[in-house]
Amino acid sequence: MRLEAENISFRYNSKSPYVLKDLSLSIENGERVAVVGPSGCGKSTLAKILAGYIKPQTGRVLLDGKPLPEKGYCPVQLIYQHPELAVNPRWKMDKILNEAWQVPKELMDKMGIEEPWLKRWPSELSGGELQRFCIARVLSPETRFLICDEITTMLDVITQAQIWELLIEQAEKNSLGMLVITHNMALADRVCNRVIKLTE
Amino acid sequence: MENILEVKDLKLWFSMYERGFKKKNLEVLHSLSLELRKGEVLAVVGSSGSGKSLLANAVLGLLPGNARLSGEIVYKGMALDNKNRKSLLGREIAYIPQSVDYLDPLMKLGKQVQGVYGTKERQRELFEKYRLPLSTEKKYPFEVSGGMARRILVSSAVMGEPELIIADEPTPGLSADMAMETLMHFRELADKGAAVLLITHDIDLAFNVADRIAVCYAGTIVEIAPTSDFVSGKDALRHPYSKAFIDALPQNGFKPIGGSQPYAGNLPDGCLFAERCPYRSAECGGEIPMRELRGGEVRCVHAT
Repeated sequence: MRLEAENISFRYNSKSPYVLKDLSLSIENGERVAVVGPSGCGKSTLAKILAGYIKPQTGRVLLDGKPLPEKGYCPVQLIYQHPELAVNPRWKMDKILNEAWQVPKELMDKMGIEEPWLKRWPSELSGGELQRFCIARVLSPETRFLICDEITTMLDVITQAQIWELLIEQAEKNSLGMLVITHNMALADRVCNRVIKLTE
Repeated sequence: MENILEVKDLKLWFSMYERGFKKKNLEVLHSLSLELRKGEVLAVVGSSGSGKSLLANAVLGLLPGNARLSGEIVYKGMALDNKNRKSLLGREIAYIPQSVDYLDPLMKLGKQVQGVYGTKERQRELFEKYRLPLSTEKKYPFEVSGGMARRILVSSAVMGEPELIIADEPTPGLSADMAMETLMHFRELADKGAAVLLITHDIDLAFNVADRIAVCYAGTIVEIAPTSDFVSGKDALRHPYSKAFIDALPQNGFKPIGGSQPYAGNLPDGCLFAERCPYRSAECGGEIPMRELRGGEVRCVHAT
């Protein structure tokens, strides 16, 4: 399986400058690609386009030669930079966790998600705790590609190492493709097979 | 050296509804003490959810209504209470929040950075210093990237030259150069006489600017040591958790230890780290006080 971006350009409105211009890339399944670049160069915008959250002005995103599905579960899933903005503040954590699929108890334990957290509201958990929910909820067997937008910057290094160990294990088991946006070069070298540098 | 901030034996509880009208108290910070000297950068690192941000919020008086505090918070020799906070916050004490959604979504950024006490000239000067284009001042928060929003938070905090800066993770979302530059700016402010409490996960970046590093775990500080001990590697450190912490860095072993931090409602007696600790013994079940060791402080009976 292959996720491709073909000549993507994006800007917020017809007067603003281009955030991305004629960008193309492709990721095979089983491959882990790091994207690095200065802040404001469009990394997060690229992530949202690849996951189908926003449409580019020109170019297209293809999954195995076909456009991303408009309905149903999207096999390209995005894990967002700010977990506190990626959860519904009016839902309790168990509803958030099981929105797309029933997360097995085994995975919850591996992710370090504690049973009592499920009964809480998102505002009662720390950023790192919320991020574990956001990661567990997209690890459904239907997911083929994961876009990770700075997913561990808010976590302590031990939890970071735990989460990457687990994500890499899952990625290898299901032969997932991953696009990893990060500022930490040491992490990019450890986790990824290939590095793409974006410029402004 | 003069102490700008002293926190003595700080304990913090949240009262929570358990079932119906039955309430219980959840202790989230346990006997936490630290001193912050003039001209010093103290980095606070540790596991997420260990209460680092709560410590900052307790000092700033930003805790929600169901929180209860005991212990002392002393700023420049006087107890910090809600009355004198009002005249200090935003002038002498500045805060850089963790999350970019602390920005007002409906207010233009220039105005937001100027705040109540600032001026337009100073704001432009800061925008230039942090390499924010002038057009940013007419934009709304949703129009800027994560890194830019972060720089905006930093510039609004240093608007009125503060003496105590509490920075709650100012660097995630910034590129390595930009993060380093932000931290160097804190170093500069500290060299001019401010005291900086830097809460961070980027311990490798903190190495370059911090004088001392405090390690938090499950709501208390387990070790405070000079930065040089952290740089020279795990053998110079005292607490098994700090050793594991250094070992998990991607540039070191990238090897996590098993298990997770205990939940605040379900804490073990004695040492909070005992469950994951390779050196656990019977003595770990008792009360573990903070003690001085090799020029640092540690909360462990086995540390040598």
